[in-house]
Amino acid sequence: MTKLKENRVPLSNANLLFIIAAVILLVMYLFAIALFPESFTQPQTFFDLFNNNAALIILACGMSVVMIGGGIDISVGGVCGLVTMSCAVFLQSAGADVGRSVLLALAIGLAFGALQGFLIAYLEIQPFIITLAGMFLANGVMTIVNSTPIRVELPAFVALFETKLKIAWLGTVNRHGMFIPCKISISMLIAVGVIVAVALLLKWSRFGRNLYAVGGNAQSALMLGINVKRTRFLSYLLCGLLSGIAGYAFLLTTAAGNVGNASGFEMKAIAASIIGGTMLTGGVGNILGSPIGALSLLTINEIIRAAGIDSNIQTIISGFLLCFFIVLQSVIIWLRDRSGGFKLQRPPWLKASLRTRDGEAP
Amino acid sequence: MQEGTVLEMRGICKAFPGVRALHNVDFTLRAGEVHALMGENGAGKSTLIKVLTAVYTKDAGEIRVAGAPVHFKSPQEAQDGGVGTVYQEVTLCPNITVAENLFIGRGKSPFIKWKGMNAGAKAILDSLGIPAMPGQQLSSCSLAVQQMIAIARAVDMDCKILVLDEPTSSLDEDEVKKLFSLMRDLKARGVAILFVTHFLDQVYEVSDRITVLRGGELVGEYVAKDLPQYELVSKMMGKALEDIDEIKNTQAAMESGEEYLFEAEGLASSAGISPFDFHIRKGEVNGFTGLLGSGRSESVRAIFAADKVTGGAVKVKGKRVKIDKPIKAMKQGIGYLPEDRKADGIIADLSVRDNIILALQVMKGFLRPFSKAEAQAFADEYIAALNIKTASADTPVGSLSGGNQQKVILARWLLTHPDYLILDEPTRGIDIGTKVEIQKLVLRLASEGMGVTFISSEIEEMLRTCSRLIVMKDRHIVGELAGEQLTQDDVMRTIAKGGRADA
Repeated sequence: MTKLKENRVPLSNANLLFIIAAVILLVMYLFAIALFPESFTQPQTFFDLFNNNAALIILACGMSVVMIGGGIDISVGGVCGLVTMSCAVFLQSAGADVGRSVLLALAIGLAFGALQGFLIAYLEIQPFIITLAGMFLANGVMTIVNSTPIRVELPAFVALFETKLKIAWLGTVNRHGMFIPCKISISMLIAVGVIVAVALLLKWSRFGRNLYAVGGNAQSALMLGINVKRTRFLSYLLCGLLSGIAGYAFLLTTAAGNVGNASGFEMKAIAASIIGGTMLTGGVGNILGSPIGALSLLTINEIIRAAGIDSNIQTIISGFLLCFFIVLQSVIIWLRDRSGGFKLQRPPWLKASLRTRDGEAP
Repeated sequence: MQEGTVLEMRGICKAFPGVRALHNVDFTLRAGEVHALMGENGAGKSTLIKVLTAVYTKDAGEIRVAGAPVHFKSPQEAQDGGVGTVYQEVTLCPNITVAENLFIGRGKSPFIKWKGMNAGAKAILDSLGIPAMPGQQLSSCSLAVQQMIAIARAVDMDCKILVLDEPTSSLDEDEVKKLFSLMRDLKARGVAILFVTHFLDQVYEVSDRITVLRGGELVGEYVAKDLPQYELVSKMMGKALEDIDEIKNTQAAMESGEEYLFEAEGLASSAGISPFDFHIRKGEVNGFTGLLGSGRSESVRAIFAADKVTGGAVKVKGKRVKIDKPIKAMKQGIGYLPEDRKADGIIADLSVRDNIILALQVMKGFLRPFSKAEAQAFADEYIAALNIKTASADTPVGSLSGGNQQKVILARWLLTHPDYLILDEPTRGIDIGTKVEIQKLVLRLASEGMGVTFISSEIEEMLRTCSRLIVMKDRHIVGELAGEQLTQDDVMRTIAKGGRADA
């Protein structure tokens, strides 16, 4: 009994949800390929999901951070839009350069994160209310900064915008027999970099582990000697910073500022986090799940769009699918908690075959 | 100072508004002993522990750890000062791994070294024989193992004094055994353990010494093996054998011919009490007695189906019925006044009137609300009948005193005209005048034909009001007393002697 226990560590809920999310994405993508083989078999289609939605993926990442800490941040979409607009306006002004526009983006994100984090962590005000106020503030400031669409024409920026990394060994052959390599935009690189950095931070840093503890049980975390307030503050600060980065990534995908920029992204980010296995109750989640959740959401939309369904129906179907996945997750977690020992195990027949193959004694 | 003394508390006083929680309490803990702190509800056990761990600040007195006076300002400081505490509820984080729970919040490095941490955790777990893996999520461990991990953390933080505040209350027998062997192991290493529990047998199983508190005052410190269980019970309850004042039950003994209001056979619930039989007759006042944690509240909760009923059959007025939800019990004419009126009873922001009509409204159905005039009439009637001191029927219940809140809940149930009323600690925390009023009311209701089951921590009160007492110990019924046997002496003897029904 003890021996058997030593061999296998039961899967944690966070990892289980992550696996479910990954399987969901895989199944959905295979489904998409089955329905529309000509478009979804092209690797570029997959990369474009990333290329065109880097901002959302980064926002989902930040959202996951605060949700793991047991909070929520409704302002991410607003801050992202504000950053995009502000940077666009700045880049169009005289004497602007790309470097300072990046600093501006980071500064706006950090400012929002710091202010909201302070109010939530140290003054203990409901995160929902504070960040809702933050969203209104960001939207308001954005329309003051500029309310008309604005295109960025600074050559240095346009060059950056048009830079695409080509993958020489991956691509498709077009009708004329020409090989077209897959392209990756700068924004996608930023998104990948952010995901890796945040995932490492949460796994290997003291802050990251404290964040999980605080989200799991803040009272216990306090008793365990964790600085709960500082941990919460840092989580909102990080989320704000990521919103700033997301805003810049958005600008890199559109090269334009628009009042409608990133509107509604906060809800999409929450949905992506949840599908990716982060629980609203806090303490459970995996940063790698947020891009997976976001891609699942985007794949749903792509399928619906490719099927030529009315855009009004689109949101309804997205809603139903989201609901379905969440219920699926809850059911699995519930089954696991109820039985006390629900574990992912190989079915007996597979186990037997593996044993004989490995030559292991049964 | 005595040889080997690691903790000395002298003349500890602590008062809360209106309550003297601790008065001049001394406590001494020696290296390598398990010292049980005993006392009934409100005796001041948890206050004493919280003073020690700096959750509360003491009003007066001195605490010395290893001879040197200490002034802890926070639980964290107490922990750093060598006082490790493991509370009744596990204060670890369920969503992170066992190893993380052992090491989180300690050290200064901004990075986590998983390998080193897991190896360290494995060493601790192995040395204490705790069956858990470092990489396991804490919530996948049993409660007992979680408790042990909490203890391991405290021990690893180099605590010389380990405070265990009711660590066994949510564990089953096997788990308790494991915990005890861990405690003995720690004792052998020279850790001094302060152990609080409500289970008498457990005290004798592991403790070397027992300190008894009563009503915030020190009764005495005893060597466990020199203090018979019976004497311990009497010290906790507060009357020595010699000076027991025989209180005669004012109520006439019930004629056995009256019809049964309620009968239960093998009733069991999810709260972990052993299945029990029970009955009550028309016009009878009976009671469940026993020390706190003996299962008296759980028993009546099972009758009312306030906990999930898991077995047994019940009859109401001779007819078999199925009661699996409180609303069904209410429809059978059973009323229940819960122990914790703040959590289960009053809705503080609603008015006195709305609180009073609540139960009747539930039975009538929310789609058919009472008119304001009806509700007002009901409220006025009971405010007068029970002498509830409130400015008006519109006053929010939360602003009333404890005793009057209790009367409001009582009114709520009386309004439904139950045949059978269960009162769990109706007099706790209320002034003596109101207590007597409630006792009188109980007897009056019984004389009008209602059956009442009464629970109180104060044995005198039980003896005064009940004509039959069911005695519980460690979640089993160990005896039943009626008539001539209704004395404090008999109750204590029954508790002290009472073995397990199935042992």
